[in-house]
Amino acid sequence: MGLLSDPNRRQALSRVVTQLNTPLCIISYLVGTMWFLGLAFQPFTLRSYISENSMGSTMVEEQFVSGERGLSYAREFAAHKKSAGGSPVAWLERTMRGLGLEVYSQSFVRTLPFPDETTERFMVKGTNVYGILRAPRAASTESLVLSVPCSEGQNNNQAVGLLLALASYFRGQIYWAKDIIFLVNEHDLIGMEAWLEGYHDVNVTEIKSSVMLGRAGAIQAAVSLEMSSDVITSFDLVVEGLNGQLPNLDLVNLFYAFCQKNTLLCTIQGKLQRTDFDTFPGYLHSLQTMLIMMLKQGSGRPQGDHGLFLRYHIEAITLRGINSFRQYKYDMNTVGKTLEGMFRKLNNLSERLHQSYFFYLLPCLSRFVSIGIYMPAIGFFILILILRSLDLWIKLRRSDGTAEDGVMDTEQDPRPGILSLATPIVICHATGLSLYYLPVMSQEMATDHFPVSESEAVVLTAIAIYVAGLALPHNTHRVLSGAGSDQGWMTLKLISLLYLAVLLGCISLINFSLGFLLAVTIVPVAAIVQPTGPRALYALLLVLITPATTLLGSIFLYRELIEYPVSLLECWQLFLQAIAGGMLDHYLYGSLLFPFIAFFVYPCWLQLWNVVFWK
Amino acid sequence: MAAPLVLVVLVAVTVRAILFRSSLAEFISERVEVVSPLNSWKRVVEGMALLDLGVSPYSGDLFHETPLILYLFHFLVDYAEIVFMITDALTAITLYLAVKDYNKLMFKKQKLLLELKRYSQEGHDLLRVPTEMYYVPLKVALFYLLNPYTVLSCVAKSTCVINNAVIALFILATVKGSRLLSAVFLSVATYQSLYPITLLPPALLYLLQKEFIPIKMKSPSFWLFSCQYCSMYLGCLCVLVCHSFFLLNSWDFIPSIYGFILSVPDLTPNIGLFWYFFAEMFEHFSLFFVCVFQINVFFYIVPLTIKLKDHPMFLMFMQLAVISIFKSYPTVGDVALYMALLPMWAHLSRFLRNVFIVSCMLIVCTLLFPVLWHLWIYAGSANSNFYYAITLSFNVGQILLVSDYFYAFLRREYHLHHGLYLTKKDGTEATLVLK
Repeated sequence: MGLLSDPNRRQALSRVVTQLNTPLCIISYLVGTMWFLGLAFQPFTLRSYISENSMGSTMVEEQFVSGERGLSYAREFAAHKKSAGGSPVAWLERTMRGLGLEVYSQSFVRTLPFPDETTERFMVKGTNVYGILRAPRAASTESLVLSVPCSEGQNNNQAVGLLLALASYFRGQIYWAKDIIFLVNEHDLIGMEAWLEGYHDVNVTEIKSSVMLGRAGAIQAAVSLEMSSDVITSFDLVVEGLNGQLPNLDLVNLFYAFCQKNTLLCTIQGKLQRTDFDTFPGYLHSLQTMLIMMLKQGSGRPQGDHGLFLRYHIEAITLRGINSFRQYKYDMNTVGKTLEGMFRKLNNLSERLHQSYFFYLLPCLSRFVSIGIYMPAIGFFILILILRSLDLWIKLRRSDGTAEDGVMDTEQDPRPGILSLATPIVICHATGLSLYYLPVMSQEMATDHFPVSESEAVVLTAIAIYVAGLALPHNTHRVLSGAGSDQGWMTLKLISLLYLAVLLGCISLINFSLGFLLAVTIVPVAAIVQPTGPRALYALLLVLITPATTLLGSIFLYRELIEYPVSLLECWQLFLQAIAGGMLDHYLYGSLLFPFIAFFVYPCWLQLWNVVFWK
Repeated sequence: MAAPLVLVVLVAVTVRAILFRSSLAEFISERVEVVSPLNSWKRVVEGMALLDLGVSPYSGDLFHETPLILYLFHFLVDYAEIVFMITDALTAITLYLAVKDYNKLMFKKQKLLLELKRYSQEGHDLLRVPTEMYYVPLKVALFYLLNPYTVLSCVAKSTCVINNAVIALFILATVKGSRLLSAVFLSVATYQSLYPITLLPPALLYLLQKEFIPIKMKSPSFWLFSCQYCSMYLGCLCVLVCHSFFLLNSWDFIPSIYGFILSVPDLTPNIGLFWYFFAEMFEHFSLFFVCVFQINVFFYIVPLTIKLKDHPMFLMFMQLAVISIFKSYPTVGDVALYMALLPMWAHLSRFLRNVFIVSCMLIVCTLLFPVLWHLWIYAGSANSNFYYAITLSFNVGQILLVSDYFYAFLRREYHLHHGLYLTKKDGTEATLVLK
């Protein structure tokens, strides 16, 4: 309290804040960036370890040998799938029942708000089939899930085969203490959403599904498997879920431990771990891996079927079998053994996975960066906003005529009226609201009047509103009196900076990557914009850091990082797809990114745009 | 002045009506920041259902509202939304009238003291002028009606709204100098939530001041008046309690309401300081620590009364803040009540030091509550420590705010009497330091 109540010290402090503001901000930005770049550096990361006692070691003797059987199931499944033209529900039910499982199916219907062009879906109809293996040793209070998406074409047949083979093998074992659910879900994420909602008897999206007849206990953990070849060279581990949520690190570690035991190659973000992390190329490699993870996490999109489990408090990962041109291949037996080992370990759990970290970044599979280490990076960016707003506040107080110690000095300017500030803020938010509601609502009108398809109409309307927002608001306050003073824009900027700081703080807690991507772009420009000086430059900078441009840049960066670069035109195409995808994610699964941008970030950015054009 | 007030009320009612009809209403009424086990609407409905079934509503551990509220809503349950909106408007109008009256009185008092030359010549800058005071009552009503905290608790149909209305009526009655009504409303407020009992000293001081009775231990009129007021208060409280007894024909409600408030058995997270401590604590220490925690609410009134005995209204504001910080099941509705009174002290603004930091702190905390709740309860990735950290900083923010106002008030009084520009004995400029 001494620091805040002693007037002399307060004066000293405010002098430091005002006079050293710019250098402090620059230092803060640099430190923040350096801190972030340092995260991937090996000495700053922690070695991952399994903290859950009951999964402590990999001392399990796996005996799964029916890989061949799995392959024959896979061929049979492929034939039935081809003749059924979708998920062969009857065959699956028959086969699972033949293995001795309790079999149920659940049908669902979902009409998308607008047609999805990338996957060509509009009216989605499908059936999930699942079989429950009742635990012989417990009272069906807890369960584990192994899920495989039944995708179109020739994909994932082997995964279904392996699922059936594992089911038949697990059926013969006596040590299960948790029910195991074997799930084949149709239409990947939509089916998964329907199944999860049905299982928990909630309806958070507008999906319609039939009543679920059979349940096992509370789901403790889930593994989603994707595999499209008879042999694989490596496994790719996918962790990023809906809204950037991640599974408990123990589950990741468990998988990694079994991969090491069975000498399986495993990758993350498609990148193999390098042994030379202390060299510069090694460092770059881990930085790349971490950046890909952050871009995926920041998109808030579930990267695999496991992503929807996380919302229900269920730890889940997706394993993707990769068959590349490497020499050494692994057969179904090894893959099955790995899964068997994981399930036996999960079977030992006596409580939910909670011991290890939930917030982490993975520069490689064996090392991680925990929340305590990466949070300061964004903390430094938010510090810039706080320093700038303190500076503005002190300046405003001074021009208000009140000196530090309660003594009035000078005549004061007329204060900006509440109307001149409230109007731009309200208009910015109204634009944000229309950005959220109009595109989907007006798609029919757009398709009537323009030669575009529905999904194009939605995306183009969104872009049009977004751009129109730039022209709209900065003309309104001129008619109001008292708006011309310096105090007007300073107050508006102060509000915007604090608003931005709060937004970034909140979102970085939920989805660090998204918060960081927004912060690293918006913060420096937000700190410098003002209506005096090189206005055109400020306007250009603001356009360059608007969330839409950030998205475009992120797509470009992502394609560069996965070594699949795109030209500018393709990037634009991907950008349009990403906008449609982001909206669909929101309507289908409840992803927060689209409303977050439309309701908060975009209006906040428009306020800054207003500051630049303040007259 | 009436027109803007009507406008504000209309806007407020519209906002509430829209929110009642939107899908947000259900979400809001589940928020732990907005409803507590004491005042949640869901529990009131449950209590009414139990009453209809002929079961004592206090037999389980669900219902903790008072019998009078139960019977009130038994008649009004179909109009609950309108009742809550009207209650909010009533509170705002009551506060408006109270503040208007109080300001008039203060202006008179200031004039008197000025004529008596009690104020230092240099301190005249600090005197309040009618033009500044003109909009204060309207601002108070505005602060109450459009404060998001109030809107939230009204939309959640938290019965805290009714407690606020009673306290506002009590303030109005006190300011008007009606000792019977003041005692009646104070006893209703006490009956509702127990803690307003600590508002007795400020009300008594105010009424004494209004009657020009000197506050001296030796003066018989002081004792007579105090006894009168206290007996009115106690009598009314007795009537209320007995009335409740005859309504339900059992004393069940005493332990279920007042025991529940004092012994804090429900540790659902809220914005208060209790839940985390008592969730962590060993059972056999809990009695001691309950006493330690509860003493906060009741004890601070003693030093505050001694220090602020000439300014009972400010004392009342301080005590309202103390109650809302330290009570066992606080909600944002309680915070809204004392925040509505902040414009009354707008003349202190030049002496306030940390308003910017504190208001940022409060806003940030308010927004972080749902975020961390989401991470803890839904995502399962954070834990109770995260949420409690925000609770702590929210309360620290409130305490800083209140102490800042307290300091500013004392400082202004000092400057009024000793002049604005202080000099040391050797003639150099002096500064006041609070350490």
